[in-house]
Amino acid sequence: MNIAFRTVMMKAEDKVAVALMSIPEGSQVQVTCQNKSFCIEIKQDIEFGHKFAVESISQGEDIIKYGEVIGSATVDIEPGEHVHVHNLEGKRGRGDKVEFK
Amino acid sequence: MNLNNEKKFWGYRRSDGRVGVRNHVLILPTITCATQAAKQITEMVQGTVSFVHQHGCAQVGIDYDQTFRTYVGMGANPNVYGVIVLGLGCETHQARSVAGELKKTGKPVEVVSIQDHGGTLGAIAEGSKIAAKMVQDASAQMRELCDFTELIIGTECGGSDACSGLSANPAVGVVSDMVVDHGGTAILAETTELIGAEHLLARRAVDDRTSKKVYEVIGAMENRAIKMGVDIRTGNPSPGNIKGGLSSLEEKSLGASTKSGSSPLQEVIDYAETPSKKGLVWMDTPGHDIEQLTGMVAGGAQIVLFTTGRGTPTGSPIAPVIKISTNTGLFEKMADNIDLNAGTIIEGKESIESVGQNIFDEIEMVASGKLTKSEILKQCDFGIWRIGPTF
Repeated sequence: MNIAFRTVMMKAEDKVAVALMSIPEGSQVQVTCQNKSFCIEIKQDIEFGHKFAVESISQGEDIIKYGEVIGSATVDIEPGEHVHVHNLEGKRGRGDKVEFK
Repeated sequence: MNLNNEKKFWGYRRSDGRVGVRNHVLILPTITCATQAAKQITEMVQGTVSFVHQHGCAQVGIDYDQTFRTYVGMGANPNVYGVIVLGLGCETHQARSVAGELKKTGKPVEVVSIQDHGGTLGAIAEGSKIAAKMVQDASAQMRELCDFTELIIGTECGGSDACSGLSANPAVGVVSDMVVDHGGTAILAETTELIGAEHLLARRAVDDRTSKKVYEVIGAMENRAIKMGVDIRTGNPSPGNIKGGLSSLEEKSLGASTKSGSSPLQEVIDYAETPSKKGLVWMDTPGHDIEQLTGMVAGGAQIVLFTTGRGTPTGSPIAPVIKISTNTGLFEKMADNIDLNAGTIIEGKESIESVGQNIFDEIEMVASGKLTKSEILKQCDFGIWRIGPTF
């Protein structure tokens, strides 16, 4: 069965795309943005509004959406994997990372 | 682009020259202790509004000033015909001081004090008598044709989801630009939810001073979280934001900032301060929905555009709030609370520009008297951004 799952990738430099409908694990999705096009196998169920990686992202690397930094990867992330709070951490307002003297 | 005279609405011209879109008599309690009596007056007298809060005593310094400015701003908002300032008598935020500032607007202002009027029942009786006269006077004022240049439109997102930055927020961005092009003022706020997007706004500042102020208010807000020794993500994005697909504050901010459209940033103003310029202005407020809403309305916003992906009932006692859903599922699920739907953008049925036009047309109707859902449901939310401890 071949369903055209609707997704959106905002900028060509983005590492993630957003699912505009829920996408089950194992689905093949075509993601296009400007001159870039990816054919991706979805690795976990992705809920409506959630993100998946369109390219490999290494641990510690910045994650780009809207062409801007939305955080960094806490583990290596493969294309098609769900990108969310379990593998993305924010870089701003991190009082927990400051050592108080 | 100069479209100053193309768009009009029917508003109430006040003696200080400002224009209201509503004609409320506000019972303004300056202290927690007076909020219940104020509420009783609104039960007695049709045409009056009030709000419940927990402020107005044992406050000092800049925290005292900010609360004082917020009270005065609520009364001075041109949506308010006249004000009865209701105090207890012994509080730090004296009803007489607030009334003294409000009288400068030239609108009807009276003071009632619970301690001076023989207690709760005496104060309710006195306040109700004054209010009854004031609402009748208010009802005699007619609406007149006014320019869009008179409008200050607040913009806000609350209960965001991953669609916010794709549908409703960019559509509000289109409206923000339209308001500015028509010579009006659009307020961008919620400094917390611009952390990570500040460089995009600083680039649009009209001068170096404004650009520098952008980084100052962002730095101050971020430092408050850092000083608490916590990850800001423990409070923002909220659990509902995260369920909706937002993973970090930066991601939320980049979506939130699209509400500002593409106009130049004219100035950065303090919480509850009235803009000194027309065009796009940034008010320094927290991301907390009600504190932000209160700041913008106290700053003179007559109408607020509020986008939501999770769904909220948010409303102001004196300003109509136009609620816009980011996804169609929410629009159908919470029809009681949501005025317009931008979810059609996600479904590919409408463009960002056409939804923007719908919102702009709705502003014209609401400014002329059409009630919003939050007004119909009497959602009188009010909360002040406190910046100091209570003593």
